[in-house]
Amino acid sequence: MQQTDTAPKPVTMPKLNREAMVNFTVMAILLALPLWASSIGEDYYVNLASLITIFAIAGVGLNFAIGQGGMVSFGHAAFFGIGGYTTGIAAFHSFEETLFMAMPFAVSGTNQMLIIWIVAMVLCGIAALAIGAISLRTEGVYFIMITLAFAQMIYYFAISWPTYGGEDGLSIYLRNELPVVDAENALTFFLICFILLLSAIFVSARLSGSRFGAALGTARMNETRLATSGIDPFPIKLTGFVISAMITGLAGALFAELNGFVGPSMLSWHRSGEIMVFVILGGVGRLYGPVIGAALFVLLETYIGEWTQHWQLLLGLALLGVVLFARGGVMGMIAGRARHD
Amino acid sequence: MTAALIFEQILNGLQFGLTLFLMAAGLTLVFGVMGLINLAHGSLYMVGAFCCAWITQQTGSFWLGLGGGVLGAAAAGALIEMLVIRRLYDRDHLDQVLATFALILIFSEGTRMVFGSMPLYLNIPEALSGTVALPGVEAYPIYRLFIILAALAVAVLLYLLISKTRLGMRIRAGESDREMIAALGVDIKTLYTIVFALGAAIAGLSGTLVGALRSVQVGMGEPVLILAFVVIVIGGIGSIKGALIGSILIGLVDTLGRIFLPIILKVFMENASANSIGAALSSMLIYLMMAGILAVKPKGLFNAAN
Amino acid sequence: MTKPVLEVKGLHKSFGALQATKNVSLDLKPNEIHALIGPNGAGKSTLIGQIAGWITPDSGSVYLDGEEVTNETVASRSRKGLGRSFQISSLAMEVSARRNVMLSVQASEGSSFRFWKQTKSDQDLRETAGNWLKKVGLGGREDIAVSELSHGERRQVEVACALALKPKALLLDEPMAGLGPTGSIQLTEFLEEIRLEIPILLIEHDMDAVFRLADRITVLVGGAAILSGSVEAIRASALVREAYLGEEA
Repeated sequence: MQQTDTAPKPVTMPKLNREAMVNFTVMAILLALPLWASSIGEDYYVNLASLITIFAIAGVGLNFAIGQGGMVSFGHAAFFGIGGYTTGIAAFHSFEETLFMAMPFAVSGTNQMLIIWIVAMVLCGIAALAIGAISLRTEGVYFIMITLAFAQMIYYFAISWPTYGGEDGLSIYLRNELPVVDAENALTFFLICFILLLSAIFVSARLSGSRFGAALGTARMNETRLATSGIDPFPIKLTGFVISAMITGLAGALFAELNGFVGPSMLSWHRSGEIMVFVILGGVGRLYGPVIGAALFVLLETYIGEWTQHWQLLLGLALLGVVLFARGGVMGMIAGRARHD
Repeated sequence: MTAALIFEQILNGLQFGLTLFLMAAGLTLVFGVMGLINLAHGSLYMVGAFCCAWITQQTGSFWLGLGGGVLGAAAAGALIEMLVIRRLYDRDHLDQVLATFALILIFSEGTRMVFGSMPLYLNIPEALSGTVALPGVEAYPIYRLFIILAALAVAVLLYLLISKTRLGMRIRAGESDREMIAALGVDIKTLYTIVFALGAAIAGLSGTLVGALRSVQVGMGEPVLILAFVVIVIGGIGSIKGALIGSILIGLVDTLGRIFLPIILKVFMENASANSIGAALSSMLIYLMMAGILAVKPKGLFNAAN
Repeated sequence: MTKPVLEVKGLHKSFGALQATKNVSLDLKPNEIHALIGPNGAGKSTLIGQIAGWITPDSGSVYLDGEEVTNETVASRSRKGLGRSFQISSLAMEVSARRNVMLSVQASEGSSFRFWKQTKSDQDLRETAGNWLKKVGLGGREDIAVSELSHGERRQVEVACALALKPKALLLDEPMAGLGPTGSIQLTEFLEEIRLEIPILLIEHDMDAVFRLADRITVLVGGAAILSGSVEAIRASALVREAYLGEEA
């Protein structure tokens, strides 16, 4: 999202303020509720807030690809899952005190979150580099289908690879550790996720406003313009795709920690669809859109799921309604059209 | 490993590929004519299978069920086309993906509400059960042969429909120039509904045929849908011929890969790891093939623009 | 003899049975405006596409400032000094004119792989882009979204984008199309001015403008360059009248 320029535009300024106010309110509620829930000893709600936060990070990642770069990836579950499996596999070897790889280097597991996060993001980056290098040779509907297919490939790989649980997945018996703080504590873990969400949004905003972001945004708006301006679209888009995948991968790593479990469902194409739903429910290209989208999704799942097991029917209808009648998502309804300078 | 085993697996691969073709044909037709990417195509496959299972249960006749499955899927297709899909033709692919994803959720959950989560089983009719001796294969299931022949028949009919009939001419005109076809006075809305329902009917047929082979359950259409995507990406979107060749290619590579890759790997390594690596690799094989083809031909094998 | 800035040698391109470009050679010398004319369907777009890099020729080569660029990408040709404007506007419509030009400026300054500094507070970048817009006569209109600009103004923005790359040659595809009489005159004056710095290959339907501006004219018919020469020679040619002007009139 590009912010307002120095040149004042009085007509549209109030809308910007409105979006900023919505952003602030949403983040304040997301922070305040678990603090309150924790104070009355309701860790269930703290974990619910952590889930929202983690899904929001995944959405921020995908939103960078779709909203900034115009790359409609239907395979971001691949990165979510790779992040998750990195955590699971590292913890597995750390717990079993076995080596991940004996040759050519001895690589052992680890229970240090910071290391796991970095490894997860690097692995997602590498996977995105490979997937993107092939998928970005195509465009439009091909790109959608190919990213979907590659995610599916990794899904089947995870299912048929028995060492790490295959179809049954892999349990993480002890939550991994951070220096100084106690990540086992629900509130602490939520705060870690919250800080990472803020960082992801901040990084996403900085990148969007940079020269790279200008080029990536032009790749979305008009690729002909980008090439004519002397900038090759392919490396720009590939870089954007990799960054997007890394952010979503971090969310996957956190998701595994929260649940104490990784399984192939993290990689399923339903997951890709859900991450996309976070982005669209909130509003494509809106910096804080995924937070709203993820919150709606989780609350819908939790509370409607309580009185009917068929909550997905309602989710489907709601999604259909948003796509057909409320373009711009919730943020579009509350804060008006997205702005560019 | 004998020649008979290979031949049998080739037949299985062909059967699998041709059921994929029935899915891919509808997808690629709808994309070619209306420019729509339809994720809910797998739901129509499922609707066909459920209609067939229900009617077969009620009447005891598989053939009535088969007809009902095809008609049910066509009706469901026509219905969603008129209610939802036609609002999406002018939208971008992102909207199309999301709206049809929403349709999947609605179809899956709706079916679950009516039929529950337990799979239904269809009995293969008497006439098609049992096996038949083929050259080199002692006993090949008749029903699988029936699927192969039925799918080939659909392929031929589809070819005749598109190349020889007035409807086919309109479809071809719609692919190349929407404005022209409107100018010719063809009711484009009706045409689109017919094309969509036609694709749905073929998907429904595929669902009923496969449903009798395996089981009928919610979510059964989704793995097939994704494979059908791989097929049309390889074949070139919009090309029926590409869909046919892509389907057979995928069917053969996947089926043969699953059987023979572990066997081949056993030459190089011990049995246990050959089995696990073989299974993992063969599950990725078709995607790797897709990647390879796209690296050379980004628009698929039979794209008109190539 | 002065060295040509842009040189096209023996380009061929077929689409199936259709020969869209038949052995076309032409060049562009410093300080000149070389006009490319031809009736609809003469293969102008295909030729331009090959010069700019969107279409790969079957054979033949393109040289920019003496260097062969036949196998370079569009972006690479732009960086090496081939500026161009389009028949149908190719700007990023949702953002301001300045943003569009800023992109060219950042490309001409080298890397777009700068991830941290914010472009909105990058005064150098903003001002440089603003100066190019002033130069094409859009001073005061810099921060208006392109979608709000008039047809003529969008063409000016495109020219500013092209100029910001500090090109060695300009490829202008029907810059007069859709301009009113005043706009046409203004643009003509402007082209007269910049030709002194940058030679222009001009594709134009407006024959008055072509005859007024061009130093040389090449006539493209049926994919082949049937004639090339001075304005007077082309005016006088019966061949051209028959093949082209006759149809137009």
